[in-house]
Amino acid sequence: MTTKYTEDHEYIRVEGATGIVGITAYAQDQLGDIVFVELPSVGKVLNKGDEAAVVESVKAASEIYSPASGTVIEVNTALTGEPGLVNQAPDTDGWIYKLRLTNPAELDTLMDDAAYAKHTA
Amino acid sequence: MAESSNEPLKTVVLNDEHVKLGGRMVPFSGYSLPVQYPTGIIAEHKWTREHAGLFDVSHMGPSFVVIDGTPASPDAGHADVAALVEPLVSGDIAGLKPGQLRYTLLLNDEGGTRDDLMIGRSPLYGGSLYVIVNAGTKQADWGLIEARLGSRAKLTRADDGALLALQGPEAVAVLDAILPGVGNLAFMHYGPFDWQGARVIVSRSGYTGEDGFELLCAKEHAATLWNTILADSRVKPIGLGARDSLRLEAGLPLYGHDLDDTVSPIEAGLNFAVSKRRREARDFPGAGRILAELGGELTRVRVGLFVEGAPAREDTTIFDAHGVGIGRVTSGGFSPSLNRAIALGFVTPQHAAPGTRLQVEVRGRMQAAEVTQLPFVPHRYVRKATP
Repeated sequence: MTTKYTEDHEYIRVEGATGIVGITAYAQDQLGDIVFVELPSVGKVLNKGDEAAVVESVKAASEIYSPASGTVIEVNTALTGEPGLVNQAPDTDGWIYKLRLTNPAELDTLMDDAAYAKHTA
Repeated sequence: MAESSNEPLKTVVLNDEHVKLGGRMVPFSGYSLPVQYPTGIIAEHKWTREHAGLFDVSHMGPSFVVIDGTPASPDAGHADVAALVEPLVSGDIAGLKPGQLRYTLLLNDEGGTRDDLMIGRSPLYGGSLYVIVNAGTKQADWGLIEARLGSRAKLTRADDGALLALQGPEAVAVLDAILPGVGNLAFMHYGPFDWQGARVIVSRSGYTGEDGFELLCAKEHAATLWNTILADSRVKPIGLGARDSLRLEAGLPLYGHDLDDTVSPIEAGLNFAVSKRRREARDFPGAGRILAELGGELTRVRVGLFVEGAPAREDTTIFDAHGVGIGRVTSGGFSPSLNRAIALGFVTPQHAAPGTRLQVEVRGRMQAAEVTQLPFVPHRYVRKATP
């Protein structure tokens, strides 16, 4: 299991052929209290870099871009009632969607833990 | 309101205090100000509704207008200074009682709103007004007022100190312990209070819908006063983010968004700010349009909307139930008190009745919306002074 990061602060945790996407602890802190999450539809086909979801804080809406290409196989419906999970547990209960990866080689272009730590330092 | 420009950002007197408290500083109206502290906007918002929140609003434009010379009597002095200022605004300034403060509108000749502001009559002196304007418009407002005053009165800016707001149900108990007597101020009244040898101008007013106070003090006392108020465990510092969500729930317009040069007081639902005497005298800028609108000739009105789903932000288009565009959102966001999206916007008068089902288009998708009474959250002003 590895986790990769985009420059826009999305993470993708890879578990076999599945990628779990969310925003990082750094990103949720920058955004502040999350009040609404617009989830993608299950079955949606995303290319790397496509707008996949929208996370709204009290102040503004922020687009979430897919860190990798694939098909959405599950979305975190708990966020509909409790969007604050993105703040409380961005890495675990605050995940946004799961993707069946179609081009795992893309992940090599993303940052690893060390590179992301440097990116947000 | 201009939120970005090429001008270098000004800092407020309390800048170091905000940084020490972990305030996240952002540009706003030409100033660097805290949008939130570490606890976050929702916690700050709720704290203010339940306890007392302390805001730094020193970017705003407090000023004093004082008549030249010594008036024959306090009332004569007030009549003179009111006569100078009234032609610019919609409100009854002559009718203010000593120490009374009034929300009014600076109008252009087309009946649009140059600014919304507060004008108070000094509780002590005849011929002296306390005038508080918005940050983004202060240069223009003051220029306009000064041109009108000529040599007959002088405008003195007081925006080099600190303007604080303490808001919430516990504000009165907190502040009366620090500045004894402020609890006796009636809503929309102000007066000078002595604090450790310094003079603090305190008004019972605010921008949250809660009971509370606004305090003007000189820069050398600002940090001590700020920290003295914050030392009370009932008080937390509150940033601009919660200030905006609080005023939105209270249904209060934000200049530059819900009010601008094209919006009349009647369109904005601020009929109360066009006083009866002024209506009868028809002696304010744009009176022709404004009186016609009061007679029913309106093309748009400001309403409150409950929005289903994602917040509908400023400039979101509003549609009727059939998908015909009928207006736009001017302020939209999330209500921490109601835990749902709310918005202010302008719609055609036939769609303005509470209960009217409308739609808003957010990211290409229609969402249900419903016109609702304003304010979204009831005001809790304390109209009478505590005995």
